[in-house]
Amino acid sequence: MVYVRWLAVLPFLGMLIGPFVFNRVTSFVFGMPLLLAWLVFWVLMTSVVMGVIYLCDPSNRTEGGGR
Amino acid sequence: MNAALPIIAASVVVALAVGVRARSGEEMSLEQWTVGGRGFGTMLVFLLMAGEIYTTFTFLGGSGWAYGKGGPAYYILCYITLAYVTSYWLLPPIWTYAKERRLFSQPDFFAAKYDSPLLGILVALVGIVALVPYMVLQLKGLGIIVATASYGVVPPWAAIWIGAATVTAYVMVSGVRGSAWTAVIKDTMILVVVLFLGIYLPLHYYGGFTAMFEAIEAAKPGFLALPDKGQSPVWFASTTLLTALGAYMWPHTFASLYTAKDAGAFRRNAVILPIYQLINLFVFLVGFAAILQVPGLKGPEVDLSLFRLAIQSFPPWFVGIIGATGVLTALVPGSMILMSGATLIANNLYRPMRPGTTNAATARLAKFVVPILALVCVGFTLQGGETIVQLLLLGYSFVTQLFPSLVTSLLLNNPLTRDGAIAGLVTGVAAVTVMTLSGATIGTLVPFLPTAFHDLNTGIVALALNLVVAGLVSALRPAPVVVR
Repeated sequence: MVYVRWLAVLPFLGMLIGPFVFNRVTSFVFGMPLLLAWLVFWVLMTSVVMGVIYLCDPSNRTEGGGR
Repeated sequence: MNAALPIIAASVVVALAVGVRARSGEEMSLEQWTVGGRGFGTMLVFLLMAGEIYTTFTFLGGSGWAYGKGGPAYYILCYITLAYVTSYWLLPPIWTYAKERRLFSQPDFFAAKYDSPLLGILVALVGIVALVPYMVLQLKGLGIIVATASYGVVPPWAAIWIGAATVTAYVMVSGVRGSAWTAVIKDTMILVVVLFLGIYLPLHYYGGFTAMFEAIEAAKPGFLALPDKGQSPVWFASTTLLTALGAYMWPHTFASLYTAKDAGAFRRNAVILPIYQLINLFVFLVGFAAILQVPGLKGPEVDLSLFRLAIQSFPPWFVGIIGATGVLTALVPGSMILMSGATLIANNLYRPMRPGTTNAATARLAKFVVPILALVCVGFTLQGGETIVQLLLLGYSFVTQLFPSLVTSLLLNNPLTRDGAIAGLVTGVAAVTVMTLSGATIGTLVPFLPTAFHDLNTGIVALALNLVVAGLVSALRPAPVVVR
């Protein structure tokens, strides 16, 4: 869990640093401008990352979630 | 009279009925009224959290930003997502502490953590100053939505009075339960309506998403990305980060997390909510579709892009459904704001002056304050003026100033003392006020910085000053250590 937790840094990097690199309209990805497609990808990845963290987090194993 | 009006009217009646019935026979003690007896399951907590994030700002402002500003609108998508990431670690310890000590509000939390009634009063004041303009914004949005969707039959002032009266009634009767159950209707409607609009409109007018974006790129090159100056990537990153940190610092959002039955609800929500908030993407698509279809909206009119396009595209009954959805996006957050505002006044301003006030008396007072607060907000809304926009900008930066002392208070050894937290908060709030009112930018404040940094959000400066002062005062004036 201690290491898995650091995955949460990825959405911050993707959304805060990414726009410096991918600040372009073309080319279109899945019909969306490049920058929008990049950010939407990271929204989806955030759910994935948080899902992995959730599954690896021992505090979610107890009934009712514990604290 | 047209088909839109009865549908909008019905949504108000349904919201009132559901909101009042939500009481479900509970005795409305302070515990029940403000925090729903701390018994809400994952689903209701989910809707309360989402309910406050999808406000009229999402509905009108989200499409308006996409229409008027283009690429910079994407920050909305990002800050909400990053706020959910922080929520995974931020909310469970706050909830646990609040439950152990039976806290009712955000100032309660600060007052208890720092053992300082004075800090509690300060936090309550900051909260009220931030909440009133936020409520005014909801009421303003409500007036615009009803006036537009009823094809001008209902004037904004009438809609504002009816909306405020509705919310006041069900908040007084049911407290946070009313907000939660009306949020169920609101989120169902917004999900269906926005998904439909965001998919149908681009297909109908352009034949596809790529075709729509290509047409916009041809007409306005670069509009769908960030500009090099002004709302540049530097602006984007700093604003997204700052807003994400501030998102849970609003008093009504903070208090709504006390309603949860267990802390696991927050961790489950942190997984689902990022995907769920992709609703905002579809709101953007509506705004983008409007760019070439209803061109020429300027200034505050851009917020009408969604409705202008809807009126041009659909029969009145469907405009009515969109209007009804818009009304609910104002009523639900409005009810949360009124309730937590009234709680701040009764529980955190009045009560500390009169020690010995019971929970029951505080609950009675809070319910009595609701209509007064609603009247004040209606007054500000009808007075209008640009000052309220200034106040809202202030409000968001104000609540963000609570972030540093909140986070450090969750650490095992809080480096900030009571005096440090108070000094930091006062400094941050003062800095925000001065910079907002003088219209300062980073460029004018620290001109020696490279131009690339000039687009940094000024809130960063206030937050940094806050931290530095809080740290210095804590180091120089060590208070008696309180171990918690």
